[in-house]
Amino acid sequence: MTLALAVLLGFTAGIVAGMFGVGGGILFVPTLIALGLGQVEAQATSLAAILPTVAAGTWRQASYGNVRWKPALALGLASVAGVLGGAQLALSLPEDALRRLFAVFLIAVAVQVAWRARSR
Amino acid sequence: MKLALIGLVAGFMSALFGVGGGVVVVPLLILLVAYTPHVATATSLAAIGITALAGTITFAIAGEVDPAHALLVGLPAAAGATLGATLQQRVQARELSYLFAAFLVAIAVWLLV
Repeated sequence: MTLALAVLLGFTAGIVAGMFGVGGGILFVPTLIALGLGQVEAQATSLAAILPTVAAGTWRQASYGNVRWKPALALGLASVAGVLGGAQLALSLPEDALRRLFAVFLIAVAVQVAWRARSR
Repeated sequence: MKLALIGLVAGFMSALFGVGGGVVVVPLLILLVAYTPHVATATSLAAIGITALAGTITFAIAGEVDPAHALLVGLPAAAGATLGATLQQRVQARELSYLFAAFLVAIAVWLLV
């Protein structure tokens, strides 16, 4: 049951992410929480779940010739330093504080999605 | 220089919230580096591969990654994302985006209470 639910929720999260141009992570985290994971565990697992989605997406976009590889590499490598800082903070915050922070982040993304729709 | 700054911010957000960071990278690439939305999205995706890998390794060392759940959710999502991207070309309803925004707020409320 949990297995089928995880697959179904993952598939749905993928469709919605693809449709609205947001990454999977914003939907993976609540999905994994609904499946019983804690906040930090859900966020950490979300990052791992992003990998196949991103690999598939990049492969598709590269075939259209849309990827600028050198800037992508520079961006990605610079992000590693940010990752170390962000992970440190995520691991040191109490779970409920991190959950509230994530909820605020969700609302900010919601505003951005609505704004983009409005200015289209 | 701009790229390094965008990467730094994106990596921090990514690890703090367990997301890829595309939500910040894509608009910043359009605004600061003058990429078209398509190129910004594609380049952001490739960069997120490195960001998410670094985050996964960092959190795995801390023992917080659940690989079985990651596969159970991530693999169907990869299939779903392809379908979603195709649907995006056909459906452009503004109302749908508002509905999605409302849905995100609903999740936020669920997490807050």
